[in-house]
Amino acid sequence: MLSDLAVSKTALRGESKMAIAMNIESKLGLDAFKLDQESHIHINQEICRRDCKEKYCLYVCPAHLYSISQESGDIYVEFEGCLECGTCRIACPHGALEWDYPRSGFGVQFRFG
Amino acid sequence: MGDSTDKMDVIIVGAGLAGLSAAYFLADAGLDVLIVERGDFPGSKNVTGGRIYLNPIRDLFPDLWKDAPLERHVVRERLTPMAKESAMTIELRSERFNRQPYHSYTILRAKFDRWFADQVADRGAFLIPKNKVDDLIIEDGADKEHPKVMGIVADGDEIYADVVVAADGILSFMAEKAGLRDKQQPRHFAVGIKETIELPRKTIEDRFNLEGDEGLAQLFFGELTQGMVGGGFLYTNLESVSLGLVLGIESMMERDPLEEVHPLMEAFKERPEIRVLFEGGEVVEYSAHVLTEGGIHAMPKLYSDGIVVVGDAAGLGLSMLITVRGMEYAMASGAMAAQAIQRAKEKEDFSASSLAYYEELMRDSFVLKDLNTFRHTLEFMENPRLFSLYPQFICDLFEKMMWIGEGPKEGLFSTAFGEVRNKLLNLSTLRDVLNFRKL
Repeated sequence: MLSDLAVSKTALRGESKMAIAMNIESKLGLDAFKLDQESHIHINQEICRRDCKEKYCLYVCPAHLYSISQESGDIYVEFEGCLECGTCRIACPHGALEWDYPRSGFGVQFRFG
Repeated sequence: MGDSTDKMDVIIVGAGLAGLSAAYFLADAGLDVLIVERGDFPGSKNVTGGRIYLNPIRDLFPDLWKDAPLERHVVRERLTPMAKESAMTIELRSERFNRQPYHSYTILRAKFDRWFADQVADRGAFLIPKNKVDDLIIEDGADKEHPKVMGIVADGDEIYADVVVAADGILSFMAEKAGLRDKQQPRHFAVGIKETIELPRKTIEDRFNLEGDEGLAQLFFGELTQGMVGGGFLYTNLESVSLGLVLGIESMMERDPLEEVHPLMEAFKERPEIRVLFEGGEVVEYSAHVLTEGGIHAMPKLYSDGIVVVGDAAGLGLSMLITVRGMEYAMASGAMAAQAIQRAKEKEDFSASSLAYYEELMRDSFVLKDLNTFRHTLEFMENPRLFSLYPQFICDLFEKMMWIGEGPKEGLFSTAFGEVRNKLLNLSTLRDVLNFRKL
């Protein structure tokens, strides 16, 4: 996913009329991420399926990392692009997200902050 | 990471402004201080809007500011209510803000925190980056209400200390593990979404009417948050501009129908008032960070046996509508925690009753006084009229007054009076005026 993003940054800038207009994937492509194999966000699918109608996680994430499978109803998170803000953790009313910071040495590394 | 039989005087979890400030004084006092930071370098996980106000903390750190890598000192303050097709800007340019020592600066945290950490290391504190603290060591059999913190666990290593300083940011897992706070409530928090946009220094100065290192700060509210609690911000740095949105988490959840929020940032940038400012600019970073809107209502307990909580971890942030505060609270809380820990060290008593001195200091300081003064801000801001009706009204009124149509023009007073009577005179707006007095 993220290797695609790195390319899309320049591609998009070339096509765009306004230099600063970007889609969310190319914005994430600007950030420095150190990728872990393992996700730091674990989703309890059973809680999501059984207790959650609203699926706030799909809407509140500023990096748009959550999606839902139309067939299985499972929630997916593309943890690699996580900005580590914790909005989803606060917004999930059912405690379905086991959310920790990425392991030592991984995750986003802001250069400006 | 060191022998588990070694014991530090103090372990600080997180090298942000609060943690580094505590370390700055503790190392000066000759205590053994270990700062554990999960990012590659201090500042690499930290995000601000942002600007820092120096007056409340200037004298606390007399040697720090002269060489500090801050951005621009703010001399222009803009407040912009936004309607659907118009926006109105009120601007203050103040020579008082342009006299040394400067009142406030824009700031980039990856740069500032990294430099600050070097100053702290020069004073003798040990800093270990790339290490995430996974857990606290809590004494066996302790009372759940009053746990005694003995140290930390980081990457499987146990390290003991007399006191642990939880400076691990807004989500503070440490405060949670120590039982000092409950689950965080959506109504008490907002998320800030920011783009850092590079422009040549000269272009920034031309477009924002700035001379040299002068800076501009601008807050927006209204149409851009689609009725949600929040607003927009713009801060000029030396060679970039920080542009972003703040959105209340609960109000994102209450949208009907629910919609993704990230496109609001693009809609904001596409506004004609904003677009012209950034032509030719290059977005160089996209970041997000949670901030507290809850003020004093969202604060955890500040201490227990062997632990104190500082900065964002202690919920020390405040939105005062037209000013947004936090970093100076973080630095002051770190300094006061250090003072309390030093006193505890002299007595060799690290119990909750000894560390309670930290809260005492905080109560006597601007930090908790501010949080108390602005304790009604949250209920005031949870008013949708503030983010839709009022900004739309102000813009419409001035648009109507400025507009010259085909026929004769209505007098200015009757235009204004008619608008107020038709749109503003009702019970709910009267209630808003009464509520405003609480601020």
